[in-house]
Amino acid sequence: MKGILSVVALRLRRGDAVAHAFTFVFGATVVGVTGLLAWELWRNSALARQQFGWGFLVSQTWDPVAGQFGAAAFVYGTLMTSALALIIAVPLGVGVAIFLAELAPPRLSAVAGMLLELLAAIPSVIYGLIGIAVLVPAMRQWVQPILKTATGGFPLFSGPAYGIGLLTAGIVLAIMIVPFIVSVGREVLLSVPREQREAALALGSTHWESTWKVVLPYARPGLYGAIFLALGRALGETMAVTMVIGNRPEIAASLFAPAYSMAAVIANEFSEATEELYLHSLIEVGLVLFFLTMIINVVARGLIAATAAPGTAR
Amino acid sequence: MTLLFRNQRRKIVNVVMLGMTAFSTLLSVSVLFFVLVYLIVKGGSSLNVAFFTELPKPVGESGGGMANALVGSAKMLGIAAITGLPVGLLAGLYLSEFAGRTMAGAVRYAADLLNGMPSIVVGIFVYTLVVLPMKQFSTLAGGLALGIMMIPIMTRSTEEFLRAVPVSLREASLALGASLTLTIVRVVVPAATRGIVTAAMLGLARVAGETAPLLFTSLGNAFWSPGVLHPTASLPVMIYNYAVSPYDDWHRQAWAAGLVLLTLVLLANLGARSLLGGRRHA
Repeated sequence: MKGILSVVALRLRRGDAVAHAFTFVFGATVVGVTGLLAWELWRNSALARQQFGWGFLVSQTWDPVAGQFGAAAFVYGTLMTSALALIIAVPLGVGVAIFLAELAPPRLSAVAGMLLELLAAIPSVIYGLIGIAVLVPAMRQWVQPILKTATGGFPLFSGPAYGIGLLTAGIVLAIMIVPFIVSVGREVLLSVPREQREAALALGSTHWESTWKVVLPYARPGLYGAIFLALGRALGETMAVTMVIGNRPEIAASLFAPAYSMAAVIANEFSEATEELYLHSLIEVGLVLFFLTMIINVVARGLIAATAAPGTAR
Repeated sequence: MTLLFRNQRRKIVNVVMLGMTAFSTLLSVSVLFFVLVYLIVKGGSSLNVAFFTELPKPVGESGGGMANALVGSAKMLGIAAITGLPVGLLAGLYLSEFAGRTMAGAVRYAADLLNGMPSIVVGIFVYTLVVLPMKQFSTLAGGLALGIMMIPIMTRSTEEFLRAVPVSLREASLALGASLTLTIVRVVVPAATRGIVTAAMLGLARVAGETAPLLFTSLGNAFWSPGVLHPTASLPVMIYNYAVSPYDDWHRQAWAAGLVLLTLVLLANLGARSLLGGRRHA
């Protein structure tokens, strides 16, 4: 009897080992797919990396006919649009997060939070569609002329008002990343201990003072994490930017000027790239994007882990 | 006297700043309603039966529909579900139930990295991996690209929902003599089913609207695409191509397609969330 039982127990344990091994294969698959992705990008950009070296990131020449490729204009467009998006979205997103975490009654906070999650679910191509139809004409007729007169020929806001361009792309991106800042930012603010607020209020500070001088500093690393996470999204965002940025590979001083981003050039030119060097150059642009988002995401997760409970950051 | 003024100023700052946070919320939420109303108005007037039943007409002829794109999108989502869901699910199971520290760290890191990857980069990956060797844009390649995007979403949410199952449940099952595997299959996973189904729906809804990874994997097609080894039209790519085209009738159809896509995505989202009931999902 005892023998039978131990055999059964052994078999059960063996079953556990099998299940462990079986699921391990899939865990390893996730690592494998990610590693393979990096390797494929590396391998398939070899020609461009050998030909242009680090100059690829500095050169502005993008001439498929002459076989000369430099990605500086795309890097500039990506960084500029993302920076503009952050300038607009950070105050807005942190403001919403404060309202939802500190001020709104729980019911209202839940409903508004859900609506913002729906906002995050809208596909990027639809933002692009609305951008073309609504934002571009509005920028051309109102925003850009008004900014131009108001700033009196300041170089950032000069040049013809096309409607499309860096600023327009930045605004669309800002709208798209606000939900990310809010959802992570709210979690981070809610994880600030209640005693912190109560202590500030007990010392006679107003609601805003306790938020601004106590809660926000306490949550600062996590908020930076939320912002970095949003930045990661902005850097890689493709469709909406492609549709409103103007797709011209130039670095101009004005924010009204048409520009180009890394993701947009891949989207537009990839299926036309018949020359091998051309294809490898586009894939190298993808490789740069890969490294950029990798660094940003690592920093973001580190910062969020420093404040929020594990599992809230996604 | 000055103290009085100072306190008054503090109160005013308090009201103004808190008012501004409320205003930012209103502004952000109103974007959602603006997008919805605008699409319903522009898309609703362009939507007709032909949209769902007919093929796209050649340039210059008005009318036609996007029946092939609807089917193409559905096929690719099917492939994404078949490939991405099981891998993500079992990897998540591995993370929460079996993985040691080092391996768990590696899998989590890889999943987070993949999750943060721009979708266009995933498109390049599938292009070099599937399209180049097969020398053919295809439904299969597009579906795989979407499937790869689903993997990290499923992995991390499955892990999260499995971890949320109380330890006491596991202990009760183990104390009754069940093996670890039996406990997982009969106790832990059933307790987390709702969460996992929700995650799957949210994941599918997210990749359903993805355009960038399809541009050079499934490409596009003006006609029906038989099987899974030919280029195929898809709803998001059609919206993009029609939106940037110079033709009014194509713009009209882009709005109709946008409305259909948005309706499907939002319904899936609302459905998934209501399934989860009162529990909040970050």
